[in-house]
Amino acid sequence: MAEITLKSLAHSYLATPASPEDYAIREMNHVWHQGGAYALLGPSGCGKSTLLNIISGLLEPSSGDVLFDGERVNSLPPEARNIAQVFQFPVIYDTMTVYDNLAFPLRNVKTPEARVRERVMEVADVLELTGQLRRKAKNLTADEKQKVSMGRGLVRDDVSAILFDEPLTVIDPQLKWKLRRKLKEIHQRFNLTMVYVTHDQLEASTFADKIAVMYEGQVVQFGTPRELFERPNHTFVGYFIGSPGMNFLEVSTRDDRVMAGETPIAVGPRLREAVAGARSRNVKLGIRPEFIEVSGEPVEGGMEAVVEHAQDLGTYSILYLRLGEYAVKARIEEDQEPPEGRAYLRFPDNHVGLYVDEYRVETNHE
Amino acid sequence: MNKVYNNRAWWLILPMLLLVAFSAIIPLMTVVNYSVQDVFDANTRFFTGTEWFREMLNDPALHAALLRQFAFSLTVLAIEVPLGIGIALIMPKKGWQASAVLILVTMPLLIPWNVVGSIWQIFTRGDIGLMGWSLRELGYGYNITASPVDAWATIILMDVWHWTPLIALLCYSGLRSIPDAYYQAARIDRASKWSVFRYIQLPKLTNVLVIGVLLRFMHSFMIYAEPFVLTGGGPGNSTTFLSQSLTTMAIGQQDLGPSAAFSLIYFLIILLVSWVFYTAIMNMQKDHKNEEA
Repeated sequence: MAEITLKSLAHSYLATPASPEDYAIREMNHVWHQGGAYALLGPSGCGKSTLLNIISGLLEPSSGDVLFDGERVNSLPPEARNIAQVFQFPVIYDTMTVYDNLAFPLRNVKTPEARVRERVMEVADVLELTGQLRRKAKNLTADEKQKVSMGRGLVRDDVSAILFDEPLTVIDPQLKWKLRRKLKEIHQRFNLTMVYVTHDQLEASTFADKIAVMYEGQVVQFGTPRELFERPNHTFVGYFIGSPGMNFLEVSTRDDRVMAGETPIAVGPRLREAVAGARSRNVKLGIRPEFIEVSGEPVEGGMEAVVEHAQDLGTYSILYLRLGEYAVKARIEEDQEPPEGRAYLRFPDNHVGLYVDEYRVETNHE
Repeated sequence: MNKVYNNRAWWLILPMLLLVAFSAIIPLMTVVNYSVQDVFDANTRFFTGTEWFREMLNDPALHAALLRQFAFSLTVLAIEVPLGIGIALIMPKKGWQASAVLILVTMPLLIPWNVVGSIWQIFTRGDIGLMGWSLRELGYGYNITASPVDAWATIILMDVWHWTPLIALLCYSGLRSIPDAYYQAARIDRASKWSVFRYIQLPKLTNVLVIGVLLRFMHSFMIYAEPFVLTGGGPGNSTTFLSQSLTTMAIGQQDLGPSAAFSLIYFLIILLVSWVFYTAIMNMQKDHKNEEA
């Protein structure tokens, strides 16, 4: 059982980091609760794997603490932490059979052979590897090998957390789905903390209860897939989650109106006040393409936009629009005819987010 | 679709065929030709059938040379393979130390065979050789021209010095190709150092070791220049290996028929042993379905 706490954690691969850019992980605090299924989502090079390796003990952080159930484990090597890690490419012991592979972590700590057998059989059963136990691991397919890698984490009864570092990269798409389900099943059955690193938002949201989005070495938001979608806490989360990403318009107020460049934006009074009261020059309004109301005819409070083109994606279409000097994307469902030439847009207030210096500011307009 | 059958494409393999013919088949056939005839001069020859082969196979001097040859090859393999792996394991992996060690280790490989023989010949001399002189000063009556034991030990030492770097280099490259994730996974699985070697490093080295063992076996089985320069095959016949016997017969005594037969037997032995090594190593990697789980 473990609750993993990261306290003012930071890491740099350089000996003497000078600027914030030198840090792979910028100072952060975070808690992974016991038994949770978490995803760590972010683009390549944002520090996800570094963070994972710090938790498992393969790396020692430059500063800050890693706590397991309140106990500082910074200097403990991976073998002394009750943690398992599954890597991007399956790691198997080539010369051993599947059985011996699964038994390996137990035999390394001199577990009695009867107990080893019991555990291996149980795990093989869960992973549907029972039929393969006598085969040499070397001759398995990629997904079977990855299951063996996971299995080595699961056989240990002292493991309280399993870390996955993009484990499905080398798996065929149709098997990915199966393995992901398997992971969920394992999570429910064994009451383990699971942290799953990925750059694929779909993978993250199907696996995890809560997702931590990382950007430039920091967790910019930690929330349920729904929260990330509806209330992105940072402009990056807005861009990264959702397809297409959120629209952002840089705004200011002029003559009591909210302006995006030379184009007035129609928003409610609270948002207008909030924009006017912002202390920074970096103020943006964000709205998801799904929430923009599009009409082919002029409507009250509608802003006129030029339709550049429409992309038909089957059950819905993406409209590429131009609002003043800003490119805006909107999503319309298949039952609505995409407007041609001009479209009239409305931004419902409760779906518009205000971002000051890239972070969301609550405006309490609901 | 209409498939066009055109056998003229066979001509495309002609250049390769010619190349192989001139590089291997024709020279080999010349030897086969000599091995079944007794040739006196350009016009006088007699067909002898298998006579030379029978004679060679029953020659006690050659039996002794063959035994010595196997003893030598197996001894150097038994020393060089584990030693080479060991050296590869402790060689530094990065930084300037890695380059420096790499150059030092490679050095013996760059020295020609007979130069190696000469170096060791001088090195082991009792009057001016560093090793010979030192051993004598230490009270050991070291003399490779008189003692077969000293001669053997020196030849083996020389071969180990000359060729262990090859195994070390091959293994070093093999070790470098193991992804970090394997070592990380092993740490998480709490594997001991020995287990890491036994289950990760050694299996990943199998392929380079196959090459290394085969090369070293063939090389050592054909060894000629170094012992010839160092001991001349002596004292007595104690360090006369197959190549030297063959050279004495073919060049020294001009016995072309018997040496041709001998060459073919020699060649077949190397081929056979290499095949056995290769098959044995490859077999270790197969699935054993009837093994107890």
